[in-house]
Amino acid sequence: MLDTIGVDSIDALFSAIPPQLQGLCQFDVMPASGLDELGLQQFFKQFTEANLAHHYDCFVGGGAYNRFVPPAVNHIASRSEFYTAYTPYQPEVSQGTLQMIYEFQTMVSELVGLDVTNASVYDGASAFSESAVMAVRIAKKRHTLLVSKTVNPHYRAVLDTYTGVLDHINVVPVDLTADLEAQCCAVGVPPNQVAAVLVQLPNYLGFLEDQAMVTAFCKAHGALKVAAVDPVALGVMAAPGKSEANPDGADIVCGELQQFGNYVNFGGPYGGFVSTSMAHVRQLPGRLVGCSKDRTGKRAYTLTMQTREQHIRRAKATSNICTNQSLNILKASAYLSLVGPSGLKHLALLSAQRAHRLADQLCRMTGVSLMSAAPYLNEFTLILPVAAQAVVESMVASHGLVPGIPLSRYESYFPNQPHALVVAVTEMNTPESLDRYVYALHHALTQLGAQPGPEPRMPAPAAPGLPKSVMSRSVPSPHVPNHKGVVQHV
Amino acid sequence: MSESSTKPALPTVRDAHGNTRSVATLFELSRTGRQGVTLPPLDEGADETALMQSILPEGWQRKRPARLPEVSQLEMIRHYVNLSQLNHSIDNNFYPLGSCSMKYNPKICDWVGNQPAFNLVHPEVPQALAQGTLGALYTLQAYLKDLTGFCAVSLQPAAGAHGELAGMMMIRAYHQRQGNTARTEVLVPDSAHGTNPASAAMCGFDVVEIKSNERGLVDLNALRAALSDRTAAIMLTNPNTVGLFEEDILSITQMVHEAGGLCYYDGANLNAIMGRAKVAHMGFDVMHLNTHKTFATPHGGGGPGSGPVAANEKLEPFLPKPTVEQRPDGTYWLNHDRPDALGQLKLFYGNTEVLLRALAYLVCYGGDGLREVSEKAVLNANYLKARLKETYHEPFTQTCMHEFILTSRHQRADNKDINTMALAKRLMDYGFHPPTVYFPLIIPEIMMIEPTETESKETLDRFVQAMVQIADEAKTQPDLVLDAPHTTPVKRVDEVAAVKQLDLNYFANHAQGAGN
Repeated sequence: MLDTIGVDSIDALFSAIPPQLQGLCQFDVMPASGLDELGLQQFFKQFTEANLAHHYDCFVGGGAYNRFVPPAVNHIASRSEFYTAYTPYQPEVSQGTLQMIYEFQTMVSELVGLDVTNASVYDGASAFSESAVMAVRIAKKRHTLLVSKTVNPHYRAVLDTYTGVLDHINVVPVDLTADLEAQCCAVGVPPNQVAAVLVQLPNYLGFLEDQAMVTAFCKAHGALKVAAVDPVALGVMAAPGKSEANPDGADIVCGELQQFGNYVNFGGPYGGFVSTSMAHVRQLPGRLVGCSKDRTGKRAYTLTMQTREQHIRRAKATSNICTNQSLNILKASAYLSLVGPSGLKHLALLSAQRAHRLADQLCRMTGVSLMSAAPYLNEFTLILPVAAQAVVESMVASHGLVPGIPLSRYESYFPNQPHALVVAVTEMNTPESLDRYVYALHHALTQLGAQPGPEPRMPAPAAPGLPKSVMSRSVPSPHVPNHKGVVQHV
Repeated sequence: MSESSTKPALPTVRDAHGNTRSVATLFELSRTGRQGVTLPPLDEGADETALMQSILPEGWQRKRPARLPEVSQLEMIRHYVNLSQLNHSIDNNFYPLGSCSMKYNPKICDWVGNQPAFNLVHPEVPQALAQGTLGALYTLQAYLKDLTGFCAVSLQPAAGAHGELAGMMMIRAYHQRQGNTARTEVLVPDSAHGTNPASAAMCGFDVVEIKSNERGLVDLNALRAALSDRTAAIMLTNPNTVGLFEEDILSITQMVHEAGGLCYYDGANLNAIMGRAKVAHMGFDVMHLNTHKTFATPHGGGGPGSGPVAANEKLEPFLPKPTVEQRPDGTYWLNHDRPDALGQLKLFYGNTEVLLRALAYLVCYGGDGLREVSEKAVLNANYLKARLKETYHEPFTQTCMHEFILTSRHQRADNKDINTMALAKRLMDYGFHPPTVYFPLIIPEIMMIEPTETESKETLDRFVQAMVQIADEAKTQPDLVLDAPHTTPVKRVDEVAAVKQLDLNYFANHAQGAGN
């Protein structure tokens, strides 16, 4: 090959790189030699064995949920032809991915009750931020966004990051239960300068807040409504999008699709979506797949409206986004086609049934109550008689159970809530694990000096039982091999 | 089931026996009452309707079910398996898509990514329960620092363009911290990836384009003329998108720094230089890596990706939070307490599963192996270039790095109807994915070819043979090329009609609805 090229060494191919750069290029941390496949499996054991979370009963949500993933989902997602293809820029050899995305767009649009859904963005938080910036583009001269204080703090944090560099956008956190006009005036924003009101359904705390004030505000002042939604809830919840049947609905609906066939994976990869009406389609960020024809008249799919996108429009694009989450939305599509409308409704109801049963039992304890009387589905927030963080630590240490997210973890978004605990329940949390939760909370509250009342029945132990060795062992610390292959701390 | 004759025929797949089968949409396959998975019943024999009434007020209840597909598991499996067979993929055949590094990823990396001990860790569990994941991410940070020469890494961005956004936000924060709000311009070469100007614009910067010179490199005079006290930064890919290493890189970064600007490195083309040069040594201040290109991840039909961002001491304080850190006792923690950090860019911490695959890849190859990866990638590109330059016009003759460009100028000289798109489509009939075409925008009728290191000489020779034969066909049987592709599941797709008659939703455009 070197002869064909006409050089005498590999080094000659790198002659454009200044020699002083090449001289400096040595690795100090990475091992010089690679590991064989068996060695690699063994190397990763130190990490998989140090993870304990999957041995615990987990009642944690807050935007990602442990749900049942039917094996058929991963069977399809691991097909080489989907798995190792790239962006479908050449439609004639990408019809599989393209039709999958077109069907995905249709399914999500059906769920949210809007015309069109993009081919996914990074996750729910980026979908929320892209939706917010999109709303400002649609509203043209209006630059203020009212964001509900009960929106997922991660979504709000990402929105703050995205809009923090855009001087023209002003984000105002609002309380949906108080007068919105008054809250605008308090920060000197005339209500007719509001581009959009951003809400979450259900909100981060699990509750469905009454939307009458938001609707009235949007109507009176011509503001758009943006709603982030829980997609499983859409199995039972009215479609949130604006339509003839739902004139008070949201102009833009966005959300996180992880729950459809994707594992929680310590935060990613997931998939976000943005849906809207055809009137606003030109402002959508991200890829879109359209159904067209080939030159023989056969139905054929292709990426379309690419003049919105960065590879054509460059600095004037609707977003800089390029990579989408195709493999994750393939999982979501496969999941939705397995469960269908009845299955989705059923899973939403089963999770809600267990959540309500758990909440009812917990609220029988003295000093334990729900934070709100608003309706909720599979997630709710408790007010405890003691600090929620201490309760979590106690239940993790003594009962092998992670009872939820202490709201104090997001102090900057939910100030002065040390006793609040956000609890999520899915079909993965068995009825027996609910009994263990009730017992464990009673125990933890008692330990922490509260008087929760009569002791609940002792539940059956977790089957097959959390191994003693797991519970008792100290947290192992993985090591990084140095370049000589000798294990050392870094 | 059958559509009237005025409707377009459904697409077909060719099965192993050469027979064709229709691929209807899931909505056309749907029949009321079918379900592809069995689920546990409600507890205590509860009734769905009664439960619904008890938990959800009337106004919140869904009245019309979403028209999701109702199919059996077999129908669902057949549907997606048939669809998959319409795709070209790396596991099928050569995929020389320039700037995309379509390499084969060792399956052992997927094995790592698919470990339940990683998959089932919720991001909000106490960190003591996720020490393995945190330890792996910490190790990855250490390796990426070593690979790039930077002192700090954040694994948070979800993809390359997301990493660019992070980097440009950091640059903006740095200038503001210096009290310098007048630096509003970002310089971007005219050959840059489209994400570069778009990312700069999303940070509120004005984009100033720098012309390339006749050798395909940044024109130093144009750069000098563009630099001013308004310059916030330059964004560069090196090697650039025509596959050439910017020989004057040290002068370029020095000039920008002297003008008070910072230097951003787009890591899309890192596959060319691993073990040969570190990005920090070139004078860059911040960069992103596309772990899904350079290391291992399935490209997945367009994602997911992961775009860690690395920075030097100057920009380290602004890296997105959290970062993974280690305590003296060896345990790991997520550091959110970084006051100057630009904030959070994504839900939770990063695309963890993708990052674990990247770590697996790095451990699999080691430092010497990564150097060999880049050497082989550059060797393969130069070999292809040498073999194709007699047949196709080569705008830049110098040695290329991991990718190179050609044009259809010679073929167009013989027949002006022939263009690069037609040649690209004809390649499909030979079983190859076309190269990237019509990018970068600076050369007309361009094709950008990146073979990657994982392809054998035999595969490259088969590709050369096809390219030479297509050039011959363009001369002798031009219609064969102009009407290509002929053997794909669908023929040339009408992309203009797709825009004019927007059909983005099955139910909105196919009135007959589901097959019920």
